[in-house]
Amino acid sequence: MSNEGRIYRVAGPVVTATGISPRMYDVVHVGNEKLMGEVIKIVDNYSIIQVYEDTSGIKPGEPVTNTGKPLVVELGPGLLHSVYDGIQRPLPVLQEKMGDYILRGVSAPGLDREKKWEFKPVVAIGDEVTPGQAIGVVMEGTIEHKILCPIDVQGKIESISDGNFTVEEPIARIGEKDIIMMQKWPVRIPRPVIEKHQPDAPLVTGMRVLDTMFPLAKGGAAAIPGGFGTGKTVTQQQLAKWSDAEIVVYIGCGERGNEMTEVLTEFPALEDPKTGNPLMNRTVLIANTSNMPVAAREASVYTGMTIAEYYRDMGYNVALMADSTSRWAEAMREISSRLEEMPGEEGYPAYLAGRLSEFYERACKAKVLCGQEGSISVIGAVSPPGGDISEPVSQNTLRIVRVFWALDTKLRERRHFPTINWLTSYTLYDKQLRDWYITNVDAEFPVLRDWAMQLLQKEAELQEIVQLVGSDALPDEQKIILEVTKMIREIFLQQNAYDPIDTYCPISRQYKMMKLIKKFSDFSQKALIAGVTVDKIIAIPARERFIRSKYEETIDSELDAIDVDFDTQFKELGV
Amino acid sequence: MVEFFKEYKTISQIAGPLVFVKKTDPVSYGELVSIKLPDGSVKRGEVLDTSDDIVVVQVYEGTTGIDKNTSVRFLGETMKMPVSREMLGRILTGAGDPIDGGPAIIPEKKLDIVGAAINPWARDNPSDFIQTGISTIDCMNTLIRGQKLPIFSGSGLPHNDLALQIARQAKVRGENEEFAVVFIAMGITNEEKQTFMKEFERTGALKNAVVFLNLADDPAAERIITPRLGLTTAEYMAFELGMQVLVIMTDVTNYCEALRQIGAAREEVPGRRGYPGYMYTNLAQLYERAGRIKGKKGTVTQIPILSMPGDDITHPIPDLSGYITEGQIVMSRELHRAGIYPPINVSSSLSRLMGGGTGEGKTRGDHKGVSDQLYAAYAEGKDLRGLVAIVGEDSLSSKDKKLLHFADLFEDKFVRQGYDEDRSIEDSLAIGWDLISTLDSDQITRISRKYIEQYMPNKK
Repeated sequence: MSNEGRIYRVAGPVVTATGISPRMYDVVHVGNEKLMGEVIKIVDNYSIIQVYEDTSGIKPGEPVTNTGKPLVVELGPGLLHSVYDGIQRPLPVLQEKMGDYILRGVSAPGLDREKKWEFKPVVAIGDEVTPGQAIGVVMEGTIEHKILCPIDVQGKIESISDGNFTVEEPIARIGEKDIIMMQKWPVRIPRPVIEKHQPDAPLVTGMRVLDTMFPLAKGGAAAIPGGFGTGKTVTQQQLAKWSDAEIVVYIGCGERGNEMTEVLTEFPALEDPKTGNPLMNRTVLIANTSNMPVAAREASVYTGMTIAEYYRDMGYNVALMADSTSRWAEAMREISSRLEEMPGEEGYPAYLAGRLSEFYERACKAKVLCGQEGSISVIGAVSPPGGDISEPVSQNTLRIVRVFWALDTKLRERRHFPTINWLTSYTLYDKQLRDWYITNVDAEFPVLRDWAMQLLQKEAELQEIVQLVGSDALPDEQKIILEVTKMIREIFLQQNAYDPIDTYCPISRQYKMMKLIKKFSDFSQKALIAGVTVDKIIAIPARERFIRSKYEETIDSELDAIDVDFDTQFKELGV
Repeated sequence: MVEFFKEYKTISQIAGPLVFVKKTDPVSYGELVSIKLPDGSVKRGEVLDTSDDIVVVQVYEGTTGIDKNTSVRFLGETMKMPVSREMLGRILTGAGDPIDGGPAIIPEKKLDIVGAAINPWARDNPSDFIQTGISTIDCMNTLIRGQKLPIFSGSGLPHNDLALQIARQAKVRGENEEFAVVFIAMGITNEEKQTFMKEFERTGALKNAVVFLNLADDPAAERIITPRLGLTTAEYMAFELGMQVLVIMTDVTNYCEALRQIGAAREEVPGRRGYPGYMYTNLAQLYERAGRIKGKKGTVTQIPILSMPGDDITHPIPDLSGYITEGQIVMSRELHRAGIYPPINVSSSLSRLMGGGTGEGKTRGDHKGVSDQLYAAYAEGKDLRGLVAIVGEDSLSSKDKKLLHFADLFEDKFVRQGYDEDRSIEDSLAIGWDLISTLDSDQITRISRKYIEQYMPNKK
């Protein structure tokens, strides 16, 4: 078996080499500049390699070296707070090494080799440890980072140290092997768990339309498809900011450079609403913008997912955002077409559906090897061409995920944000999560949600009539329904991501707001029976106070006051 | 030192813009190629695919006249653009040669035309405003330094006039700022070329501009490199000379057609509507060259102009562009038919970075409120037009009549402006306030009291 060969052909990011006999997905170094690439096809003596860097100036005859190893990520303390490219090179290090532009042939390790971490063992000499079991902890900023026994190691602890170490210094000896804090894991292979469980708690996001109407379970997968300008990225960023996951992995896959800059400048300044720590402390960012090499874009989602799994294995709830999976699919298409593979639908490779499901199936709630429960919730943005979700990436995604948040261009034009359409979106977790809401919020909560959803459906029907004959022709009780649904839309569903108060709405407050809307609805119907006119009902001052309340700093006491107001003001109307 | 390059006369196949050469020494990917025709003329090209057996060359000037006896030389380097401060005030072809009768440009530097990607970590947040002198852009969809904000137009709409007007009027407000325009025309007709050259000279806009003109009958392969030459020049001026550079590219649709043509000649598997699958990445390689870099004074801002085939915004070209750029300015055929210039449809336009570059200290404190109020009132007024068509204006309430009237006024006074009319942001806001003052006070919901007291015409 030979590990040294030569280049036979170069066509864009696809290089063909002879003289090496690699396995599929082995990493190879291409050319005099040692560009990093991955073997994606083997034909006779030819190995076809996708190269993660620009190949201009590379010529046939230059050397190719096979490392004999698949693409791996480095796992260990120091991942959090990092900003990586698609193949886990830290962008700040790249800037130091090669300036403001991404040049090629520069390697940079994913984890800092110099930094010392304070390691505290949690097992003692003589203990038996199994793969994936925690042998010690390191404080990574404010997160307790468990050092796990590597998957291929088990046995008695022969020695274990306490003190400050780099990620490469041995901290323990197990079964005659030296253990260091850094582990390497091939990105395309899911990390093992003991068993997968049915998710039963929601990922609380502070966005009313998501938490109340279309919740995603911790350990589930959701898709956000929408045309450009509908707010996919804002929604993803809101989730990254406020969701109650302990660790967030944000993958900017083939998106705008300026958008990543926004994340990079905004996140360090924001606080985690639960802990008060800077959000960056729990975040790993992977930025592979649209003009960075396409093969690294293909790898970026796997890199992110593997990091997410590593934290899941410590027993954390991890949220992974991929913005956008369409760009990832396009990267697959681009490489597939360079390989002259037989195309499937719209030029995408036939294995598109398979790759998408493999990716989303890595989302799970599971009993992990260290004995605890961990989860990965995946939220994938989809950018369908022309906003039309009949295209292959959207359709194949929808077959796998159980939550669908449909972003709507029409809502954007009406400046209704977030533009999540309440009629076309769905969640299949509502039944599974019902018990959680009943125990943790209120027994009435699921009932209120169903009531609101039904009313919104009713509104859609009424609107059709209104468009034909005008709203004056409706009977009074239907006019009130339209007023109530308008309140649901404007007070509850609309939420301003840029307003300091409204940007995050705790679930208890969501319940309170919905309960108030229901109260208004019930009182109004009673008032109608008592003979009060529609105009008088909607003119009560408490209603206007309610509409304005969500931007007030004192919102919670405001809502209580409005509750009292409703009682007194409807009483004045004779209810 | 004289460099020697082997000449090959081993062309095996010629197809469209591509030439296939056999039995060469190793040739690198992306290498520049010089092709000498039997009649002595020389063409240039670039290596698209290279292997031990065969090298595929894309010829920039088209393959007309190339035969199997033509000799091919590989120049050992990738394409470079000679750049210099002296390029300001010059008009060049799509291949970068002067056509204004002036002297040859003496380069200060030669730069690779395929710009490397800016490290996202090195980028800085776009946050300063560029005044285009067009109310619908400055006030409603503000252009920010480092942004890429395309204009989506259609055939027969006056996007070229608008492009020229922006090129002429655009300025950064602030002292000690050097401002330059790089104007890149791709696939324009000879008549348009004459107009562009004449207008640039007539208005004096040329002295701060570099103009690249690639004509409709120039070969497709040249159209692929024209924007790269222009953007390389822009980057040099911005990041090495510290200038604020505005790049105007028209018409990106022609560029994409050239991409499709070359993709087809290479017998690639086509993506949507026959455009190559890599068009997103390819367009991103142009658009993403806009931006700011931490610690550098200059910026590159882009206004790409594209005509939507059949006015269809879901067509792959506007669609992919929309996913990469930070918003869009949409031109409307209805407004154009109504005789309004510039026919910008503000309802479907958007500037994503507007928030970062407007407000107190950037433009003016009331900017956001005025813009939101104009949006809201115009949208309501437009909705009412539909209703009036059914039920007649008489049945509207007096408030609704005001909104209806507002929408007409908005188009007539605010959207409409002269081809030579350069409005400062203060002028635009003043017109906005005049229009807002026609509404009842309870219809003005988007502006805070403070600014109403300060700016409302009849309150002063």
